[in-house]
Amino acid sequence: MAPAPSSTSSAVTLNINGEKHQLTVDHRTTLLDALRERLDLTGTKKGCDQGQCGACTVLVDGRRSVSCLNLAVAAEGREITTIEGMAEGDRLHPVQQAFLDLDGYQCGYCTPGQICSAIAVIEEHAAGWPSAATEDVRPEAGPPPLTPDEIRERMSGNLCRCGAYVSIVQAVTRAAEAHQAAARDDDRADQDETTEETAA
Amino acid sequence: MTTATTGRTALRGVVGTSHTRVEGRDKVTGAARYAGEIPFADLAHGWLVLSTVTRGRVRSLDTEAVLALPGVLAVLHHGNAPRVDTDYIGLLGIPPDPTAAVFQHDWVPHAGWPVALVVAETSEQAREAAEALVVTYDEEPHRTVLTTGHPDAHPAGGVMPGETAKGDLAAGLAASAVVVDEEYTTPEEHHSMMEPHAATAMWDGGRLEVVDSNQGTTWIQSELAQMFSLDASAVRVRSEHIGGGFGSKGLRAHQVAAVMAATELQRPVRVVMTRRQMFTLAGYRSPTLQRVRLGADADGRLRALEHRSLNQTSTVYEFVEPSAGVARVMYDADAHHTANEVVPLDVPSPTFMRAPGEAPGSFAVESALDELAERCGVDPVELRLRNEPEVGPVSGLPFSSRNLDACFREGARRFGWAERDPRPGRRREGRWLLGTGTAAASFHAGAGPSTAGVTAQADGGFTVRIAAADIGTGARTALTLVAADALEVAPDRVRVRIGDSDFGPAMIAGGSMGTRSWAWAIREAARELRERLALGTPIPPEGITVRSDTTEALGALAQKERHSFGAQFAEVAVDPATGEVRVRRMLGIFAAGRIVNPLTARNQLVGGMVWGISMALHEEAVRDRTSGALYAPDLAGYHVATNADVGDIQADWVDDPDPDDPVGIKGVGEIGIVGAAAAVANAVWHATGVRHRSLPIRPDRILSAGVPASGGGPHA
Repeated sequence: MAPAPSSTSSAVTLNINGEKHQLTVDHRTTLLDALRERLDLTGTKKGCDQGQCGACTVLVDGRRSVSCLNLAVAAEGREITTIEGMAEGDRLHPVQQAFLDLDGYQCGYCTPGQICSAIAVIEEHAAGWPSAATEDVRPEAGPPPLTPDEIRERMSGNLCRCGAYVSIVQAVTRAAEAHQAAARDDDRADQDETTEETAA
Repeated sequence: MTTATTGRTALRGVVGTSHTRVEGRDKVTGAARYAGEIPFADLAHGWLVLSTVTRGRVRSLDTEAVLALPGVLAVLHHGNAPRVDTDYIGLLGIPPDPTAAVFQHDWVPHAGWPVALVVAETSEQAREAAEALVVTYDEEPHRTVLTTGHPDAHPAGGVMPGETAKGDLAAGLAASAVVVDEEYTTPEEHHSMMEPHAATAMWDGGRLEVVDSNQGTTWIQSELAQMFSLDASAVRVRSEHIGGGFGSKGLRAHQVAAVMAATELQRPVRVVMTRRQMFTLAGYRSPTLQRVRLGADADGRLRALEHRSLNQTSTVYEFVEPSAGVARVMYDADAHHTANEVVPLDVPSPTFMRAPGEAPGSFAVESALDELAERCGVDPVELRLRNEPEVGPVSGLPFSSRNLDACFREGARRFGWAERDPRPGRRREGRWLLGTGTAAASFHAGAGPSTAGVTAQADGGFTVRIAAADIGTGARTALTLVAADALEVAPDRVRVRIGDSDFGPAMIAGGSMGTRSWAWAIREAARELRERLALGTPIPPEGITVRSDTTEALGALAQKERHSFGAQFAEVAVDPATGEVRVRRMLGIFAAGRIVNPLTARNQLVGGMVWGISMALHEEAVRDRTSGALYAPDLAGYHVATNADVGDIQADWVDDPDPDDPVGIKGVGEIGIVGAAAAVANAVWHATGVRHRSLPIRPDRILSAGVPASGGGPHA
């Protein structure tokens, strides 16, 4: 059902997982409800609908955000990535793969939010963002080691009532290590390229 | 999931080896659809309206104004809703909680009682209309405060006898060298699973279809059939993925309201509880007021034991939180008295919540045991080993297996218990006071009658059909392994389909009995099928199906005390300046039957221990005695453990196959929480020298109880 725009609804174009969706939304519709009820993207979960549990976490312009506290009409022009946009075809995102391999979940309802959050945590950490668990927050100190305590702190906006936190931390650790190794490989490749260029 | 080659796997068996979840890919990609996410054409949305008063009668509902709002289709309430039947005994052998039978009368027995359902084309319209509905009440005074010595308190049964008594308690206590006599309290606690209750109901060709999130599809099917006076075959309930249950996902207001509205409107209607509504509609664990009296010889051997527990219930339903059941299994004494008492108040009905009885009961008993150990000067582990009973303390029946001593010995070794200085308040690390504590755990191991169908397909695959529920337990995966072993094939040839009442009656996911009950039924059908196939029976296009029913086999089981056991160890750090308690590490060693899938079982046991931390330090729903409603009933006001609250938690097990179960299973769903809060509380005493007998151990309680400068000081 796509009602025409009116005083209580508007036509918007939402950019979700690289795809543009045109729809008319009730002004009261949250981004979460637009995803779930209008676009059939039900991977994003509604746990509390009031920003307290993290189950609806998505990436908005690359940063994590609880979609229940975003209005759909305000999401126009933003790049939204949901759990459905994380895998490349059949190849899972390393964070998804780590959650699967290490059993970083039980009932699975908080899982899409946990995974979206974890993907952002790894990026935030690599970009040098400190957390409340960071001992040395001076910019020149560089990124702190991504210890279990750092991960616990950074992942605490996502509740898991099954209590799978221990394996969630293991999964994020494994995915972060893979991410760092890949980054090192990239650095090395860049250096090799530079060396070759210099030699040439 | 992990797969292996057929021949070797079949010989070695896959039960007991780790496998990732068969539905894991769907869960990490967002493809797994939960109840509120399955699309229906022409779907209407229902929104529940809850009472704003705690006791009284609905005087009026201004439905006309609301029906005029855009998109509103109907307002159901006590004046127009269909009548339902609540006078029956359900599948669990108990009558239904009438809280689920919505809109049958105008009285309001507690705050947040459902008084109407607004149905509209969209959820936004339904919500606005529900919030706009003006309801007036004739208010009456209410009583919502649970107190000791309440005049209406009375012993009550439920799942077990209300009272047990042997021996002369007064004489036993008088003859004891050491006596502990203390009161312990636990607060109102809520399941708070991540997925709110959601149901969609529709009529399809004369048959009622309900897509729901529940802990047993045939259970809900039979409840709805009885409530709406339908033949069970005219009701189908499906529940494929369930975002947690913990005892709360049974028959509740949302399913009944959805069925009423779908009947009224003759179109699909979905009703989803809001997080705040869950705090009055989804059940909860009652607060408990407990008293434990222990009398022992100087060496810690018990002579007398009394455990009395009082919980609240609603005025419409009697639910007993059987906390005093713990000592009926765990500890014997010549004088042994236990009692569960209940008092009806103007509050919502409590219900089963992960380890009902054992979770709060073990906090009291295992704290008291620790106090006894302290007063006797006996090591807490040794004290428990000295009091190991030979047979069931109340029943006199033998234990099917009781490997508690093995749990304690292995746990103590791995935790480093031997190096512990028993004196409290001695270890410091910077601003932190450190302490360690231990507690024992037990949980009933049982099985419920179940039916299953196993089909051999012409393509060489096998399909298992059973009305099981995977509420996050990993049941779907565990059952795949059990079926593979029984069929002697690799697990990738077996597909397990669950969560559909059309698969026939089966046990619910509850009481730590699900996997064991379903595995038994699947194994029976699978073995018979394998025998038939071994005769060279050709497989026709429709396959060969064998069905099983475990009712008779379970009925033939000998009467025994059947339980899982465990030993919990915790290390805490307490900041005496802020009152903060951090659980640094926990170790739980369990004797919980044969472990089908170590990967998921360990996760579940650790999850139970996380619940224990949460219970010990965080969870507390606070009821305002003036309004009779909860303060801040949401996930900000009701704190469950977050990632940052959970340190290094490990769970492991000792060999303990159940001798009377075909697969050796006992069940791991609940044992993890039992004793966990007591181990934390005992560690807090060891850190600070102060006993905390009321949960949760909040920072303000640490601060107001104080921390003796040299430790080992007064009791709080």
